[in-house]
Amino acid sequence: MSDMAPIHAAPMMDTLCPMHLMLNDTGHIVHMGPAFDKILGGKSVIGLRFLELFELKRPSINQTMEALLGLATAKLHLQLRAAPRTEMKGVLVPIPENTGVGPSGGAVINLSFGISVVDAVHDFSLTSADFAVTDLAIEMLYLVEAKSAAMEASRKLNQRLQGAKIAAEEQAFTDTLTGLKNRRAMDYILNRLIASETDFVLMNLDLDYFKTVNDTLGHAAGDYVLQNVARIMVEETRSNDTIIRTGGDEFVLIFAELRSTEATAELACRLIDRLEQPMRFQGQPCRISGSIGATLSSFYAKPTQERMMEDADTALYAAKHAGRGQHRLHDPTATKPARP
Amino acid sequence: MHGMINRAVERFVRDTYGRDQWLKATEAVDLGFAEFEAMLVYDAALTDQILNELGDMLGKDRANLLEDVGTYLVSHPNTEAIRRLLRFGGVDFHDFLHSLDDLPERARLAVPDLHLPAMELREHRKAFFSLTVRSGGLRMLGFGHVVMGLLRAMADDYGALVLLEHKGTRDRSEILEIHLADASFAEGRDFDLSARAAV
Repeated sequence: MSDMAPIHAAPMMDTLCPMHLMLNDTGHIVHMGPAFDKILGGKSVIGLRFLELFELKRPSINQTMEALLGLATAKLHLQLRAAPRTEMKGVLVPIPENTGVGPSGGAVINLSFGISVVDAVHDFSLTSADFAVTDLAIEMLYLVEAKSAAMEASRKLNQRLQGAKIAAEEQAFTDTLTGLKNRRAMDYILNRLIASETDFVLMNLDLDYFKTVNDTLGHAAGDYVLQNVARIMVEETRSNDTIIRTGGDEFVLIFAELRSTEATAELACRLIDRLEQPMRFQGQPCRISGSIGATLSSFYAKPTQERMMEDADTALYAAKHAGRGQHRLHDPTATKPARP
Repeated sequence: MHGMINRAVERFVRDTYGRDQWLKATEAVDLGFAEFEAMLVYDAALTDQILNELGDMLGKDRANLLEDVGTYLVSHPNTEAIRRLLRFGGVDFHDFLHSLDDLPERARLAVPDLHLPAMELREHRKAFFSLTVRSGGLRMLGFGHVVMGLLRAMADDYGALVLLEHKGTRDRSEILEIHLADASFAEGRDFDLSARAAV
């Protein structure tokens, strides 16, 4: 055994590889790099067998010095036997015989934290001085933090964009004057109802005398009336019904899961009644009414949006023709009447 | 101009003078939005306009305003991440000064489209340095003053005593003179390599 011989290579190795261990021919530790002071909490492991300090995870071999020497230059996966059981990677190089570099028949093992470096600097309170000057560990720690900060900024941006997108979509489906849904929303809802084969009632409603209000009392009065009309329609319908303003004084109402012609007629009557109750704008009475044409999806073997809109329009036209403030239901048995 | 830089100016104003002051400035230049996004890129003219407005509003010339931004970035708790990233550059202030040459490259590793001005440190004699800040490409006048504020705060952070002077602009480059009077003048602030320990 040459344990007593001076290890000439030690100072050089301490600078180049602060995390190295030097073993003698029996596999006992004779010198450790300065970083091990912190890793082992100040405990000296000189005289301890290397394989008592570390477990060799891969490659799997007999845990003897002879077998270890057989793994020269291979990549070793090691784990500290003591807590926090840090995983390290390492490489072993045999010490050349009789060179004075270190104990003959022994070996140098250089170790690195590998990917667990982020945990290791925390667990062992490491500083830059514990790494070789050429080691990229500090740059890696820098990069981990820099990337986390950049990711955080990106994540915040994504969150804000998501919020803006939801708000924009909401707006795109909404008529800004009345808060009712718009034509885009109507296409979307009708498509969905038809695709899911849900029965519904489609009601077209045109205001009567609205033009008169606008012409005599001005646009502010007109806007006021439209907002009032929107409120009345919201009050007279259920929350899962949809009210759409398709044009100036034109509305479409969709009643999901409604199949009864009586209930539809009743609804239409009630809506017209409410619309006819006088409203006042700045002391001036605004008198309007409404005409309604409706059709039921249950009238059709295969309802389509175009066909139902057309039939509801035809019924609406008939209602208007019968005088204002009337409602008509599409008659599925009648042949299509020619429009004048 | 990278949103990171605009955002830094914004955070400085909001954290130092309050949100209202910032909103007043954004309205005065008709920005059309209240907050810069760090990860978007903006027209360089916007940065110039907002800096002009802030200078008028706060009664500071451009140089002082930018130097304050630089100091803020290192010393305010809300921007602790930046202080930490800079501290990775060196174990002491001298070491840190020599890392400035790599600073734009380091920034680009984190945010690939963030182009900071190239910097070149020269040690003329022991403890006397000059730093050339090639801010011409940034199209923002006076980035060297941001660096001045940053260096001043970093010196405090390391506990070093430094004397700094902005020597003006020549050929679209700014020259800073740095005299490191005492590298270990004061205790300095702790720096733990582990981000978890720092929180």
